[in-house]
Amino acid sequence: MLTQRLLLSDRGGMIVLGLVLIAMVLVPVCNLLIPETSSLHISTFMVTLLGKFLCYALLALAVDLIWGYCGILSLGHGAFFALGGYAMGMYLMRQIGPRGQYGDPLLPDFMVFLNWSELPWYWQGFDMFWFAMLMVIVIPGLLAFVFGWLAFRSRVTGVYFSIITQALTYALLLAFFRNEMGFGGNNGLTDFKDILGFPIAADGTRISLFLASGFMLIIAYIACRYIVTSRMGKIIVSIRDAETRTRFCGYKVESYKLWLFVFSAVLAGIAGALYVPQVGIINPGEFSPLNSIELVVWVATGGRGTLFGAIVGAFTVNYGKTIFTSYSPETWLFALGALFVIVTLILPNGLVGLFKRNKKTPTENTVTAVESKTETAATKETV
Amino acid sequence: MRNQTPLFGRWQVQLILLLSLCCSASVFAQDAEISTTAAAIDTAPTEALATTAPEFDTLVKALTQGSLPKRAQTAKKLGQLDDPRVIPIITALQQGSLYAEKSVDPLVAISDNAGNYVNALNGEKIPATQAEPLKRVPINNTMRSQLRTLLASLNLNDKKPAVRLNAVNRMIADGVDEDTIALLQERQKTEPNEDVRDAITTAFALMNLQSEKASVRIDAIAVLRGSLQQEVRSALLDIANNDSDIKVKQQAQFALDSIEDRISAFRLTENIFFGLSLGSVLLLSAIGLSITFGVMGVINMAHGELMMIGAYVTWVVQQLFPNQIAYSLMIAIPSAFIVAGLVGIAIERGVIRFLYGRPLETLLATFGISLILQQAARSIFSPLNRAVELPEWMSGSLVINPVLSITYNRLYIFIFGLIVFFALLAILKKTSLGLKVRAVSQNRAMARAVGVRASWVDAMTFGLGSGIAGIAGVALSQLTNVGPNLGQAYIIDSFMVVVFGGVGNLWGTLVGAMGLGIINKFLEPYAGAVLAKVLVLVLLILFIQKRPKGIFPQKGRAAAD
Repeated sequence: MLTQRLLLSDRGGMIVLGLVLIAMVLVPVCNLLIPETSSLHISTFMVTLLGKFLCYALLALAVDLIWGYCGILSLGHGAFFALGGYAMGMYLMRQIGPRGQYGDPLLPDFMVFLNWSELPWYWQGFDMFWFAMLMVIVIPGLLAFVFGWLAFRSRVTGVYFSIITQALTYALLLAFFRNEMGFGGNNGLTDFKDILGFPIAADGTRISLFLASGFMLIIAYIACRYIVTSRMGKIIVSIRDAETRTRFCGYKVESYKLWLFVFSAVLAGIAGALYVPQVGIINPGEFSPLNSIELVVWVATGGRGTLFGAIVGAFTVNYGKTIFTSYSPETWLFALGALFVIVTLILPNGLVGLFKRNKKTPTENTVTAVESKTETAATKETV
Repeated sequence: MRNQTPLFGRWQVQLILLLSLCCSASVFAQDAEISTTAAAIDTAPTEALATTAPEFDTLVKALTQGSLPKRAQTAKKLGQLDDPRVIPIITALQQGSLYAEKSVDPLVAISDNAGNYVNALNGEKIPATQAEPLKRVPINNTMRSQLRTLLASLNLNDKKPAVRLNAVNRMIADGVDEDTIALLQERQKTEPNEDVRDAITTAFALMNLQSEKASVRIDAIAVLRGSLQQEVRSALLDIANNDSDIKVKQQAQFALDSIEDRISAFRLTENIFFGLSLGSVLLLSAIGLSITFGVMGVINMAHGELMMIGAYVTWVVQQLFPNQIAYSLMIAIPSAFIVAGLVGIAIERGVIRFLYGRPLETLLATFGISLILQQAARSIFSPLNRAVELPEWMSGSLVINPVLSITYNRLYIFIFGLIVFFALLAILKKTSLGLKVRAVSQNRAMARAVGVRASWVDAMTFGLGSGIAGIAGVALSQLTNVGPNLGQAYIIDSFMVVVFGGVGNLWGTLVGAMGLGIINKFLEPYAGAVLAKVLVLVLLILFIQKRPKGIFPQKGRAAAD
């Protein structure tokens, strides 16, 4: 019954999740078991890249949940992503221990550099993995709760909300750039050595992180599906379509919005925490408003309000970005800008909607096949 | 429609009058002063040359020849001549930068630090080939101090009050002694200008501070109480700490305290001015946004890039007319308005038109446009910053007193911001376009029913808002370097202004911009520039709790989503 509700009725989601699962089997096998000389071998660089994309997909999922289903356009979701990343980064920094450049057993290098004599209070406890993971969830969640409570209570909606969230991430960007904040300032946190005792750059660790990201994406997808197909999901959609009417029907619009926003922020935080050990650095650049708005475009490109569309969008746009930035970096911003315009003007339902529109044609199956092909193409080529 | 916000309330009218009076008064005062001094410079040399030319020439030539005492006499005679070229020559002689040939009819030249020679008689440049036989005109210490006194008295008796004031202040800074006091006493008898007389009194009082008698010192302290000069403060501090008489010490301390109070008052004024200056930049950048957002409900994320276009237009205009920097702004302002306005209309016709009623999509599409424009600027003009030259009349600063000075470019931009604001207000209130714009913004369907071409009005409104962004770019180019990221730095701040002031309300934008500017500048000393910005953002988020629609919310039907 539950599987029927969550998965079987959702063909696109099934296809996308299936592809993710296949990748999760194939990639470790091709990386670890097939020798490097073989053409089927997947380099560790590729594994990391795919793992990164999985984190982006998780982030896009979080945005799609609130934007696609509740009509809340957050231009500051990158902030929650970065906060989760910083929490993970702090754990990884503490793991370095005396192996840092200055060899201080307790203080990270940048603190020694700044002549700090002791660890600030907010760095306490981050040497324990469970505490750091708790913070990955608590910090973005708490910020989203306070911010959302203030915003939704006073009925800040639509573009106002978007602008305020953008200001939020901008404020955090400025704040994290300061050395006095104690998060490494401009350089952020980097030079990580190991995670849970495993060396962070080793192939095995990379594969594990890739798998963890994949599992997290699948779990998050199912959780989101659960929410949007539940009774609460229906109310959320009705808030998107007619907020005032829903309120007059007696629903507490603010609470629904708030909890959805917090849940989405937590997902973004988890995505950030998985992202940082894979790329090996977290710096204030992640807070930049451009990042947050870019991820909205992933969702728009894939197709909002479908959940799996967000995953498709995250993969295609980021794959495109990888291609563009390696061949001609100048054209990437042109392409991204054009993507914004084209998606909003011509593809309001995104890539996924492109295929749904043709649903009535007799070749329904082939159409879905083509849809999955674009996705496979994206995945395969990166693979 | 009843939902019209009363734009011209009584206090608002008074406010405008007051503001415009202040501005125009200061502008005119400024201009008048500049033009009179310019006239003085133009006419003075020609008159003087006509009457004293032969005598002047022989004296200058005699100055470089013969024994030292004789030449000192010549210098004195030269000092009695009424000629603007005298002071530079004697200064050069005193500083050892006067050069001459050894002959009966020598060539006399003044050299500058870079080693270029200028003919002392007619101001022509002397080519390096002719400079070979020039030798420095020798002087000794006695003559140097004689010349110093001569120069001081020459400057002190100059025609222009500003030069005289400067001379007195320099004497105060160098430390007053018997000689200078004698000169000043001479001058005080005939001095017509009040500022100069005050400065001379200050110099006397500084002298009297060193007097033997305690009562004289107390009187001197009383005189110095109102002065803001650094030298006075340090002299008083010295007295307050070291004087033998306890009463004098107390008085000096009192005087110091009152001076400190005045200084902090001026610092406050300075802070307010800085705040207003920042506010006027915010106003310029937010006002165009306010129109497009308020009238059309369109969030234009490419607004910052339209400002960037305006700034680049300024730069291009300067490149086209490299010799007319002073006037290039006059061309740059209208051309920036037109170029940015056309780009804006193109954006409206090409993209935004299809997205009406979908504000979130508009936001994304215009953001895409902003990325394209940024990258285009990077490809065309290179990613490096371009420096726009500041015209002469905008550089430098207006010195009001020793602790308060205001840079001209910030002052002019403040005035310019207000002019643009009121011009826009006039367009919206007094022209037929403005009438149509207001009609469409209040009720699109009804406006169309009575025959307003709504889509044409939309395009014009967007063009107007974009054109103003271009003008804002011209103003910004006078403050910072021009680069592809110029717009990004201001876009979030200008959104904050619009949100703070209330959408679709120009008065709200004015108050919001000035308010945010001042708050920012007042937080800065305590929190640092970055933290101040963060605090302002946090305060704004809290403010929205109290008043979700800004300071001046739209009322009535138009406000309901």
